[in-house]
Amino acid sequence: MSDEKKRGWKTLPKGAVPYKSSKDYKTGDWGVAKPVIDHQKCSKCTLCHFFCPEGAITVRADGYTEVNEEYCKGCGVCANECPVKCIKMEMKK
Amino acid sequence: MMIAKQKMTGLNGDEASAFATKQVDPDVVAAYPITPQTIIVEKYSEYVADGLVGSEFVAVESEHSALSACVGASAAGARAFTATAANGLALMWEILYVAAGLRQPIVMAVANRCLGGPINIHNDHSDAMGARDAGWVQLFCENNQEVYDTSVEAWRIAEHPDVQLPVMVNFDGFTISHTMENVYILEDADVKKFVGKRVYMKTEGPRGEVEFRLDPETPITIGPLDLQDFYFEHKVQQMEAMKGALKAINSVDKEFEKVTGRKLEFVYPYKMEDAEVAVVGMGSVMGTIREVVDELRAEGVKAGLVKLRLFRPFPVEDLKKAIGNVPALGVMEKAYSIGGPGAPLYEEVKTTLYDSPKRPLIADYINGLGGKDTSPEMIRGVFKSLQKIKEKGTVDEPVSYVGVRE
Repeated sequence: MSDEKKRGWKTLPKGAVPYKSSKDYKTGDWGVAKPVIDHQKCSKCTLCHFFCPEGAITVRADGYTEVNEEYCKGCGVCANECPVKCIKMEMKK
Repeated sequence: MMIAKQKMTGLNGDEASAFATKQVDPDVVAAYPITPQTIIVEKYSEYVADGLVGSEFVAVESEHSALSACVGASAAGARAFTATAANGLALMWEILYVAAGLRQPIVMAVANRCLGGPINIHNDHSDAMGARDAGWVQLFCENNQEVYDTSVEAWRIAEHPDVQLPVMVNFDGFTISHTMENVYILEDADVKKFVGKRVYMKTEGPRGEVEFRLDPETPITIGPLDLQDFYFEHKVQQMEAMKGALKAINSVDKEFEKVTGRKLEFVYPYKMEDAEVAVVGMGSVMGTIREVVDELRAEGVKAGLVKLRLFRPFPVEDLKKAIGNVPALGVMEKAYSIGGPGAPLYEEVKTTLYDSPKRPLIADYINGLGGKDTSPEMIRGVFKSLQKIKEKGTVDEPVSYVGVRE
């Protein structure tokens, strides 16, 4: 999730110009749900990493995957594709 | 500063617009011909063919493309001009919002014509009223001199650092666009000096402060996806820029007066000091109303007129001042809002005056739709109706149609 304070109209650049690169523009607060991976059940197949349309799921050195909540939009593609169903979409509070 | 040398010449409204634009010599002109604006495009094509301007003329296939080309050119740093009317303006509708939302200081001439259908090529203000919320500065001209003056001034207004918004120069189709009048014109050099070089808005990209234009040396994105977390904030910026335009237009008007000797205002009150019945409106019919006011005054009727030249931003304070304490006010407008409580100008004038402690009784007189003539006799009828309202103290018919057969 993005906890940075977004600028208001008085200080935002004019003309709706993005003042950050797209990488710096955290979109994790768009989603209503977030994926939670159960590593007990995970088979380390890494399909979720390949299916994630945002590139928000990375593969760790130990072979498990993890979700970057700064960019995850909560689409649920990972949970849908997981062959061992170890990803649950949890509603955000 | 001395007033610049000027000469008088005969020009119709379209020619006045084209001639002023020729003197400005914008980088790009992209336009599609539509009656009653066609003369502007024709004239400008001649200027290009004769080598009198440096403009790149883009002969597009539609008005949607005309304004799109202007947005692209303007974003690349060019001065861009287009002209349209009626259904052409309607076809631009989507891009009107893009031009304003992306803060492109484009100038567009609109020879106001009613919107079809049924199809009709003559004048009313329904085209411009359909564009009133798009975020363009909107000026309405009464005569050809105002068309010339506004077409020169428009660039300075659009590019003013506190504005940076597109400007629409409105003038009545045929009544102005095709009617020749004497117009004082400046010399090319004085126009060039007045408009100067294009002024760019300062903004901030990922690498810090930059000029708002597409330049490979200072890369920025113009027109990004702008969602729920930023769009509203950017809209407020536009609204604030439009508010700031009031002050900016006033300062440009003052500079223009120094050059030409002609004082341009937002609002022109006429015989309003002691008026008991008055009319407010825009465009070429204001001249006829002024004549009727003079006639009525000679007959002992305390009649008055308030002409609006500026519609967006709406000059609330100037209008309040001009209307003063008149007891009965008629709004005469060549526009409508089918199903609305009244036509656009009526609603805005009423909103403006609602909180005034001595607000007048107000009635809406829709006139001249589809080019129907608004004759002096009809205007007398409006004043007669206003006198009745004043005597009775109530408005029995808030919205009525002038000169329509039943």
